[in-house]
Amino acid sequence: MADTVAGANPDTHAAGDDPNRRDFIHIAAAVAAGGAVAGLAWPFIDQMNPSGDTLALASVEFDLTKVEEGQQVTIKWRGKPLFIRNRTGAEIAKAIGDDSASMPDPQKDEDRHKPGKAQWLVLVGTCTHLGCVPTFGGGDYGGWFCPCHGSHYDVSGRIRKGPAPKNLLVPDYTFLSDTKVKVG
Amino acid sequence: MSGHSNYEPKTGIERWLDTRLPVVRLAYDSMIDFPTPKNLNYWWTFGGILAVCLGIQLVTGIVLAMHYVPHVDHAFASVERIMRDVNYGWLIRYMHANGASMFFIAVYIHMFRGLYYGSYKAPREVLWILGCVIYLLMMATAFMGYVLPWGQMSFHGAVVITNLFGALPVVGEAITTWLWGGFAVDNPTLNRFFSLHFLLPFMIAGVVGLHIWALHVPGNNNPTGVNVKSKEDTVPFHPYYTVKDGFAIVVFLIMFATFVFYNPNALGHADNYIPGNPLVTPAHIVPEWYFLPFYAILRAVPDKLGGVLLMFGAIAVLFVLPWLDTSKVRSMRYRPTAKLYFFIFLLACLVLGYCGGQLPDDHVIPHLSTFKLLDADLNSFVWLSRIATLYYFAYFLVILPVLGLTETPLPLPESISEPVLSHPANAPAGAAASPEKRG
Repeated sequence: MADTVAGANPDTHAAGDDPNRRDFIHIAAAVAAGGAVAGLAWPFIDQMNPSGDTLALASVEFDLTKVEEGQQVTIKWRGKPLFIRNRTGAEIAKAIGDDSASMPDPQKDEDRHKPGKAQWLVLVGTCTHLGCVPTFGGGDYGGWFCPCHGSHYDVSGRIRKGPAPKNLLVPDYTFLSDTKVKVG
Repeated sequence: MSGHSNYEPKTGIERWLDTRLPVVRLAYDSMIDFPTPKNLNYWWTFGGILAVCLGIQLVTGIVLAMHYVPHVDHAFASVERIMRDVNYGWLIRYMHANGASMFFIAVYIHMFRGLYYGSYKAPREVLWILGCVIYLLMMATAFMGYVLPWGQMSFHGAVVITNLFGALPVVGEAITTWLWGGFAVDNPTLNRFFSLHFLLPFMIAGVVGLHIWALHVPGNNNPTGVNVKSKEDTVPFHPYYTVKDGFAIVVFLIMFATFVFYNPNALGHADNYIPGNPLVTPAHIVPEWYFLPFYAILRAVPDKLGGVLLMFGAIAVLFVLPWLDTSKVRSMRYRPTAKLYFFIFLLACLVLGYCGGQLPDDHVIPHLSTFKLLDADLNSFVWLSRIATLYYFAYFLVILPVLGLTETPLPLPESISEPVLSHPANAPAGAAASPEKRG
């Protein structure tokens, strides 16, 4: 075998020379194979994103007459808890009174409910720190308290103390009538 | 796997196979004839113990997968069915659940042994890095396995850990949605975790193969940290270390069996026997014990992104350790100052583990309020975590780099054999130090 090796590869071209036809074929083949792998990778990555049926379940309607003043009802929306809270006059006054207090994510109470519907607070019930479910009535600000890492939210769902960076999220929702909301 | 081989096929079939696939030669060279330093102590038996742990997890895991149903409506019930109805299901599941804890006990001892004896230093950097990769894969596997029973701790543990990625700026939300396959931890999440929990152990097995390959190129480190100089310094792996490892494995399995048969839930959390409920988070959510130090680091930082980065940084720093330690001396036996800092480091890790299981604002010393520093009382677990976290990073980033340049190590022995041979007790019978020479 050894005596045939010299003639086996007729590539006489040394490193540093201008690219020849063989180099071009190597580069073109590598680029084509690399492109094919990169293109095929996307379907295998994107299959993990929410599927069509998951996206289709994205909205929910709720009858507000079930919630008495001062009460809160928790429903499930997109797999997460949703707080629907019927606030008392005292809570609303307290929330507005704190509008100018210093907080990590400053927001006015009127920006957290629909105009003229100050009693209704609709919030995604997951702590903006790491997603635990805060409980109402705990904490230093009369609102929600997250048991996992000690985040305190006020009666408007604004973060006041603890590791959470953002206020409790207000989802997109609309009033279909005075007693019915559609979330999502 | 490297160097020259003393294997001589004895039978016709071995000779025939050896010229076609020298697999018996590979086994002989790496598990029987492999020259191993003769002074390895029992801290060196944990490699073998870990191989046994991986084997147990693979066998019990494959059996559990035959009975488990990866669906949010059936997962919890199917695990209870394994416990109550499947023949010996209770035994196999308790072996698997406790086996995960045993695996981590062994891996932590294995890692601290490497830290103490400088096993990460040249020429074993790749060996050490492969070990770090195995450790990362183990953590991912253990986390996803813990989610599968779909109890309260499973569910909310999955929520908290996947939300860690949400702390990343810009891409955070897209990544968590992608991990979940929806808008929250739900059935698609459980399905993919089951698939990956099945896959990753085989990837671990693959990296373990590389880890052993990388071990067999330079050979074992040893308690003196001094290189093997001659054949006098080594003994063949079999029977010397097959027997020593075998004895350690039996002792380890007795401890393992004590947990499985007498206290199988001691290392778990009672809340995981409550079916997962997305609407209620348990009052006191904690990860499994082997993640507690990292959980304490996460909570020590009052900023979400900062906590996440520091937690991942605590593992990332291990990968670059071979280049952070500037000392030429491997073993801390000959580094009295470094030894002191090492044991403080060990203590800091244990303190972090303890803090991870406590409520951050609780007092370390009960009924004693000192003064408020920044956001919490000084006498609180969050401040204890901060001090221990600071030491954890200082050990790698300040102490090891500086100490290697400033300390005065003790004189190193000439060879592995020298301290034994020069010992007064051995003076008249130097020949006895080469037991492998005697039939």
